[in-house]
Amino acid sequence: MTSDMTVKTQFRHVGSRPVRPDGLDKVTGRARYGADMNLQGQLYGHIIRSPHAHARIKSIDFSEALKVPGVLATMSGADLPEPGEALIPGAEIEMKLKNVSPVIMARDKVLYHSHAVAAVAATSPRIAAEAAKLVKVEYEVLPAVLDMHAALAEDAPLLHDDNFTVGIDPPPEKPSNVSVQIEMAKGDLEAGFAAADVVIERTVNVPMCHQAYIEPHACVAKADEKGRIDIWCTTQGPFVVRLLVAEITGIPQKDIKVTASEIGGGFGGKTTVYIEPVAAVLAKKSGRPVKIVMSREEVFRASGPVSDSETRVKIGAKKDGTITAIDSDMIMNTGAYSASAMFAGVLFGTAPYTAENIRSKGREVLTNLPRVWAYRAPGAPQALTAVECVVSELAAAIGMDPIEFRLKNAVQEGDVPLYGMPFSAVGLKECLQAAKDHPNYQAALGENQGRGVACAFWINAGMQSSASIHVTPDGGISVMTGSPDIGGSRASMALMAAEVLGVPVETVHPAVVDTDSIGFCDGTGGSRTTLATGGAVIQAAEKLVEELRRRAAAAWSVSIDDVAWLDGKAVERCGVGIDELIEGTSPVKDGAKVLTLAEIALTAGATGGPLTAVASLHAHNSAPSFAVNVCDVEVDPETGKVDVLRFTCAQDAGKAIHPAYVEGQMQGGAVQGIGWALNEEYLFNADGVLDNAGFLDYRIPVASDLPMIDTVIVEVPNPLHPYGVRGVGEVSICPPMPAVVSAVNNAAGTLLYDLPMSPPKLLAAIDAG
Amino acid sequence: MQSLQFAAPTSLAEAAALLGGSDNPKVLAGGTDLLVQMKLGLREPALVVDIKRIPELGEVSLGADGLRLGAAVPGAEVTANADIAALYPGFVEALGLIGSTQVQGRCSPGGNLCNSSPAADSVPAMIACGAQCNIYGPNGMRSVPVEAFNTGPGRNCLAADEILVSLEFPRPAARSADAYLRFIPRTEMDIAVAGAAVALTLDDAGVCTAARVAIGAVAPTALLVPAAAEALVGSKLDDAALAAVAEAASAAANPISDKRGTAEYRRKVVGVLARRAALIAQSRAQAEE
Amino acid sequence: MTTQKKLHISTTLNGEPCEFLCEPGQILSDVLRNTLNLTGTKEGCTTGDCGACSVMLDDALVCSCLVLAAEAEGKSIETVEGVGHEGQLHPVQEKLLEHAALQCGICTPGIVVAAKALLEKNPDPSEEETRYWLAGNLCRCTGYDKIIRAVMDAGATMRGE
Ligand SMILES: Cc1cc2nc3c(=O)[nH]c(=O)nc-3n(C[C@H](O)[C@H](O)[C@H](O)COP(=O)(O)OP(=O)(O)OC[C@H]3O[C@@H](n4cnc5c(N)ncnc54)[C@H](O)[C@@H]3O)c2cc1C
Ligand code: FES
Ligand code: FES
Repeated sequence: MTSDMTVKTQFRHVGSRPVRPDGLDKVTGRARYGADMNLQGQLYGHIIRSPHAHARIKSIDFSEALKVPGVLATMSGADLPEPGEALIPGAEIEMKLKNVSPVIMARDKVLYHSHAVAAVAATSPRIAAEAAKLVKVEYEVLPAVLDMHAALAEDAPLLHDDNFTVGIDPPPEKPSNVSVQIEMAKGDLEAGFAAADVVIERTVNVPMCHQAYIEPHACVAKADEKGRIDIWCTTQGPFVVRLLVAEITGIPQKDIKVTASEIGGGFGGKTTVYIEPVAAVLAKKSGRPVKIVMSREEVFRASGPVSDSETRVKIGAKKDGTITAIDSDMIMNTGAYSASAMFAGVLFGTAPYTAENIRSKGREVLTNLPRVWAYRAPGAPQALTAVECVVSELAAAIGMDPIEFRLKNAVQEGDVPLYGMPFSAVGLKECLQAAKDHPNYQAALGENQGRGVACAFWINAGMQSSASIHVTPDGGISVMTGSPDIGGSRASMALMAAEVLGVPVETVHPAVVDTDSIGFCDGTGGSRTTLATGGAVIQAAEKLVEELRRRAAAAWSVSIDDVAWLDGKAVERCGVGIDELIEGTSPVKDGAKVLTLAEIALTAGATGGPLTAVASLHAHNSAPSFAVNVCDVEVDPETGKVDVLRFTCAQDAGKAIHPAYVEGQMQGGAVQGIGWALNEEYLFNADGVLDNAGFLDYRIPVASDLPMIDTVIVEVPNPLHPYGVRGVGEVSICPPMPAVVSAVNNAAGTLLYDLPMSPPKLLAAIDAG
Repeated sequence: MQSLQFAAPTSLAEAAALLGGSDNPKVLAGGTDLLVQMKLGLREPALVVDIKRIPELGEVSLGADGLRLGAAVPGAEVTANADIAALYPGFVEALGLIGSTQVQGRCSPGGNLCNSSPAADSVPAMIACGAQCNIYGPNGMRSVPVEAFNTGPGRNCLAADEILVSLEFPRPAARSADAYLRFIPRTEMDIAVAGAAVALTLDDAGVCTAARVAIGAVAPTALLVPAAAEALVGSKLDDAALAAVAEAASAAANPISDKRGTAEYRRKVVGVLARRAALIAQSRAQAEE
Repeated sequence: MTTQKKLHISTTLNGEPCEFLCEPGQILSDVLRNTLNLTGTKEGCTTGDCGACSVMLDDALVCSCLVLAAEAEGKSIETVEGVGHEGQLHPVQEKLLEHAALQCGICTPGIVVAAKALLEKNPDPSEEETRYWLAGNLCRCTGYDKIIRAVMDAGATMRGE
């Protein structure tokens, strides 16, 4: 896409709030999610998991399990090819197969409690579960490291004796539990701190948490006689599943078809696989379809939770509010294999600020805990929480309003963040102003109440997408993509297609189709779907318009240049300029010929065949998003309980295609951040066993915990996108944590930076004065 | 694994015979504890006996002597009964705090008590109200006070073939009321980190003439705390009396540290709850005028 | 060891007579979903914590994952499939759509059943009452804001406002 493209600002459909096309199926219970598929003759897979946090597998004996009537197949790591050192070709992010394949089935060692070791498939879930208990696995138990500091100790037991820290020059000679380290810097840190009037340094801990999507992972796989595999599963990316199942099992991608079910939440957690390769192997071995549904407990213990982190941040500012230097040093837990988003934390934690002198360091640490995975803006909430808490303290220390302080240091077009790409037009200042202007910011605070402010950044992704459009003979529009709809994206696809085609949005039927039926699409993640898949839909619709004009031109025996497309109709220009027609400054000439889309469609067979258009792209036009949150809380000083009183989100969407779903992303992200700040955390016992593997004690916010979440959509168009879209799904989870933390500390008179701010911790901090 | 059997007897005698005839039976009331435990593999009974079709277990009778409440009556039915709530507001609140609306559709006071969790919400409230357990067994009925029913976490005084039939609440004297408060990190859907129930009676002058204080989730079983009650009796719940209640409740607590809270936290908060519950009970008793 | 004799259970399901066979230990949500093919009832936890499996059992709102299917003998069950359908949606369903109160939608069937039960009991609930009634229906996507507004708006519609 060219940089001098014009961004559309006047819309007919985009920006409206129609009922989502898939809504009816969802409110009536007809929509089919991962576990809602059953196939004739299917078996049920059950995974046997490690009772130890670190152990060598000495033997696996299936003989007793195989004697149980109804058990038809078994598998273990021995059924999967050895991963070697290779990178996964074509993966969205650089990933070594050896960090992915053993998560599906352990090889010589188990590296965390509940690590998958073996599996059985049987004719009923109950028989499979009983047979699983009869699989004998012999272990040699090894000492485990259960937190980052233990893993960093000089004599710590090693998870991988072939792990030599990447990013150190010269490369280390001794293996360690640090997988990678990085340091980024600009300016002169020492001079920066020397110029400061106030310097504040804090260490901020963010706990390991979980995406906690309500739908557990579920899939059904079947294999035909020729070895072709057909997988139905709940995923954010059917093409990602195809790739990973192929790489992990050795079955070529061309022999795999993946159909994404409706998805019951993912937030990053469903951008990888856990059970699909197991079901595929068991299906191949048994010749029967195999269904696997993870229990909630398995989801908590053995999917990919979210890195905990410890970040030391030191920031200096002048009395006038100028930030002079930021120094940040983070360690981030990746669990048993390298997969964290530490880089994003290091690169993006300081992105909101113009400070000239910055250093940001990070280390990724291996521990005997489940391998972590992505969660909404991976890596950024942890880093931004640390920076924003200190920024709020600094503002207070120099006696400046926290929004004014941020306005003074906020980045704008042309500024260059630590990661090096200069910003195009961005909306941070607009978001700060919107938050400041919101009535909530003026609300009076009572006793034991406090207010917190934070801002945040997320980069947003582009990547690859495909779309195809078909026209039915009566003028209906089918829009197909390969991007699972996780929060209403089909509604956005329909709006964008309707916008280009000039047809009522109700005539557009968007669908998410299987991997055989559409070109490659990267997963729904990185806040990319509306931008990139939507971009493909716009392009396909534009191609379709051109084809429609061509058909009309042929029917009228005029040049295509003499046909304009207006409001879903081909119109003979009769010399009037296209722009004048579109803008309505010149009316359509009397007697000009007109053909509606439906009329062209009806005769399409005779004028060149069915009407279809396809587009695929690699989007390089994504643009970052900023958001600002303001949170008011009340603290019970006798129990340490926190009540959220008011919550305000301002976020730059670029352009809100369907504003209700943009608000939904803002509200959902805010509440996830509130949960992470206050009560969500993984609690392991001394043996590395998760103590709270259920929703009763993994405490996500419930309806009665919350006030309404007020939203202000800011629209600073992305200059690189035809409609100005940025991406809205992820940045929303970045500011709530620091906003809540600052609000609580302000209310309680504490300096608690060890999250979550659960009542026992907060009360201890209050009592300590 | 043995195969599981299911039975839904319609009389106490039939139920006791079924229980006595199995080597690993389990009574099922609302199932909100039992079915979770079975799902998580913590219990694998050979026989599940659904007691909800036995008339006595579903009986609610409120009379001059007080309340007899069938052990299997679901929470939602109790909280919807305004007459019960008027007499035992703290107990009804405590029962109503259990789980979600959906859990309320099933959970029973009997199940809450017989599950013998130290954190069960309705138990301290029942103790404060002075409730008795009516128990049916092969030798007929017997009765024990609620505070003597549980013997430790997951343990109680029932024999395998005994059934808790009902809970018997004495009718409170004039100017009496009860209150229950618990602490949880969220507003709903958590198990109590600490809980405290207070039932008290005032005289015409507003002086407390009788009181019972019970605490939960801070010891292996819910505890009656006579010292806390003594701190109230004879006072008008002035600051000194309230401080003494809190101190007595904290002192009686013998908590553990676990995923839900530290021992130190529980000890402190149970005192705060006892003090606050006493004030609520007082204002309710005063409102009775 | 592993074959279990099934029980024959007679119920009324969404207003129609319905008989099924189940194992003695089978939970109602499993039978609804996998025996009777009514997959509108969802399972997010099967331990009573998420509310996705909410159904009406006689007059009680319950988690169908915490009911043995055998207990339903002689009882009436209403699932989301019995609440409303195209052209005849219940106001709660209409308003959830209108307010964009679902993102992934996995919690939606449970919320439909629970919110309908609320409005039948309390036609004019306050925001606080609505939030507490629905506290057992976890939603990870929406932050609840639009759900609460939709349910209260459905109440207003049902009151003829
Ligand atoms: C999501 C959720 C949230 C919860 N929140 C709370 C809470 O906030 N506070 C709280 O206290 N509890 C809570 N619980 C636990 C549970 O709901 C309560 O303990 C409830 O009162 C149990 O009652 P029930 O009828 O369902 O018992 P059941 O599960 O049927 O039975 C519990 C135990 O008691 C035995 N039993 C039951 N009735 C009898 C009887 N009459 N005679 C002999 N034995 C009997 C059973 O065999 C079983 O061992 C929660 C549970 C869930 C699933
Ligand atoms: S599945 Fe029943 S409450 Fe979660
Ligand atoms: S919409 Fe996804 S859980 Fe509620």
